[in-house]
This record gives sequence, structure tokens and C-alpha cells, in this order.
Amino acid sequence: MAKVKMSKNAASIDMTAMCDVAFLLLTFFILTATAKVPEPITVDTPSSTNKDKLPTDKLVIVTVGSGEKNVFFDLKGREIRKRTLELMGDKYKIAFTEDEKNQFALMEGFGVPIEGLSQLLKLSSADRNKEGTQEGIPFDSINNQLKDWIYTARQANIEINPDEELKFALKGDAKLQYPKIKKIMDIYQDQKINTFDLVTGLRGKDY
Amino acid sequence: MAELNTGDGGGKDGGKVRSKKQNSKVDLTAMVDLAFLLITFFMLTTSLSKPQAMNLGLPDKDEDTTKNDIIKVDERRTLTIVLGENNQIQWFHGLLATPIAGPKAAEYGKNGLRKQVLKLVNEVPQLTGDPKKGLIVIIKPTKKSTYRNLVDILDEMAISNVETYAIVNDITPEELKLVQPKP
Repeated sequence: MAKVKMSKNAASIDMTAMCDVAFLLLTFFILTATAKVPEPITVDTPSSTNKDKLPTDKLVIVTVGSGEKNVFFDLKGREIRKRTLELMGDKYKIAFTEDEKNQFALMEGFGVPIEGLSQLLKLSSADRNKEGTQEGIPFDSINNQLKDWIYTARQANIEINPDEELKFALKGDAKLQYPKIKKIMDIYQDQKINTFDLVTGLRGKDY
Repeated sequence: MAELNTGDGGGKDGGKVRSKKQNSKVDLTAMVDLAFLLITFFMLTTSLSKPQAMNLGLPDKDEDTTKNDIIKVDERRTLTIVLGENNQIQWFHGLLATPIAGPKAAEYGKNGLRKQVLKLVNEVPQLTGDPKKGLIVIIKPTKKSTYRNLVDILDEMAISNVETYAIVNDITPEELKLVQPKP
């Protein structure tokens, strides 16, 4: 009888702790997977068979929406963002408070003229990303703020990471007509940025 | 310990219910299995959801036109692709005035333009007699073409291993006529 009892005790392992850990990890992954950064503009990117991933840090993304003037600017890297805003503030003679700078560092991409930026920073994230709130950054020849954003982002990057180059990407809607994309490419090229990434989705194998 | 003590009050003295101990533990193995399966799933999908990036290198824009040397290229090496509106493509091999092949319409994808490009990729080094002098593709997007068209063609270049290709923006009226809808 004693023998039987011994084996009975060893047969069942306590799974409680393992179960706890598993569910903790599961919760973590579910949250990180779904917590996608809300974007002020949704674009339907064209697809390619390319498998290279977009870098996540020290990257400038110019997003071009299908509307008339929808050009958005996004910069990855908090330190660089903060410094970029300071430099842009100096350039356009707009003073930003420390709070606004911190808020800007955490923000997603934006698409307003710099004059309206403090107004935008006051809104909550949900309000910011409502359709129609942000009309796009001006990039015509009279008021080319997009060019200045790219330029100051590069300046800020040199100050903060002198040995690492800033990378550039262009995210356009698939239905955009070529001249509009060409305009943004020209803005890059005018600053001697000749290599950049085109953001694409993944295409099926049978193409 | 997560033990579910199911109904042990029934009149007996507390603590001496040995026979009921077997039922009191819940088997968590299946639950743990499921949890790990889901973890694996979420781990894999999170890393996969990052967007792709297609690297594009453009030539330096030289403002000083006097410095631009005109490089003469063998016309047999060039394939010009004109992108028109409504996803049309017209291609020709050689010069438009004296084409070696084309101008012809084609479609995007593996049954359309790919065949022609792949054929020329193989043929051109034989024509020139030098494996280094391969095909040169000139991509001419018209104003009516879309960004998707451009990316599709660039992707086509990557698939067919065309090493030299250029996006050219000055389109001659004759070339434009090719993609214009016939009245």
C-alpha cells in the first residue's frame, strides 16, 4: 500500500505557477500586438515582393495621403524629435514650452503647419487622429515647411548621434498619381538625399 | 496552491476527507498548453506586422548642367517602359523611331511584362558580347500613372534581376502618344 501512495504523489505536478507565467506572457503579447500606434492618416501602401523590414529608429517618414494636400511628417526617436522641435521653433520664431516638447516627443506623426502645432499638442491622442483635424504640412515653393522639417531633423540627428545617419522613407498611397510622389522625392533630392525607402506591404507569392 | 475544494462540508469531520482529495485538483496541463500556443502565435505575428521597405537609390541631381557628360549607350541594350493611365504599359526595345521590338502594350505581373523583361535580360549580354553590358531599363512614368504602377515596375526589376534601371521624367510627345487613349 505504501508504494502505491508514493507514486501517486509524484504523478501530478503543480501547474499553477506555470499557468500564471504563461498567461502573464500571453497578456503582454496581446497588449503589445494590438497597441498599434494610431496614425493620423491611413494609407493603402502598394505591395512588393521585397522582404526588407523598415527600420524603427532614427527614421524620417513622409506619408502622402490620397487627398489634395495630405502630407504628414513622422520622425522616430524621442531625443531627435525634441531637438528638432526646438530647432524648428527657433527658425519660425515660435516658442514651445517644455511640456509641449515632451508631448511632441511622444506623439505620432503629424500633419499641421507649424503655426498650428501647439494647438494640436493640446488635444488628446484620440482627438488628434480624427479625420479632418490635420490638413497636412505645406510644401509648396512659398512655404516649404516639409523641407525645413527634414532639414532640422538631420541637424538634430547630427547633434545627438554624430556617427549615425538618419534614414528616410516615403509612404505613399497606391492610388496617388505619380507627379505628387515625384514632388516629395524632389524635396528629398534637393537636399541630396538620394537613397530612401519606399514603404510597401507584402505581396502574395504568386506574382 | 490552487486547489478547488469541492463540497467537503457534508457532515464529516473537517480535514479528514482523504477520499475526496483526488477530485479537488484541477488539471492545468491543457490550459498551459493553450496559453503557450497563443504566446507563440502572438510572438510571431508581432514581429511580422512590420511594414516592408523597398530601397530606392536615385542619381544625384546635378544643378550644373555643363558638368553633365552625355554617356552614349548602345541602343540594343535599352528597354523603355512607358507607364500610362489605367494601368497600361507600352514598351519598346531600342529607339522609338527605329525600334528593334515593339512598341507594344503589356500588362503588369508574371504573364505580362515579366516575360519580355526576362527574355531581354538573357538576350542582351549575348547581343553585346559582354556579360557586364546587360539590359538597361528606362522607366518613364507619365503624369497619369500612379504610385502603385511605379512600385510594381521597380518590383519587377528586382524580380527579374535587372541591375541597371532608371526613372526618367522627360517624356517625348511621341512616347506620350503611345499611352494616350485612341480617340
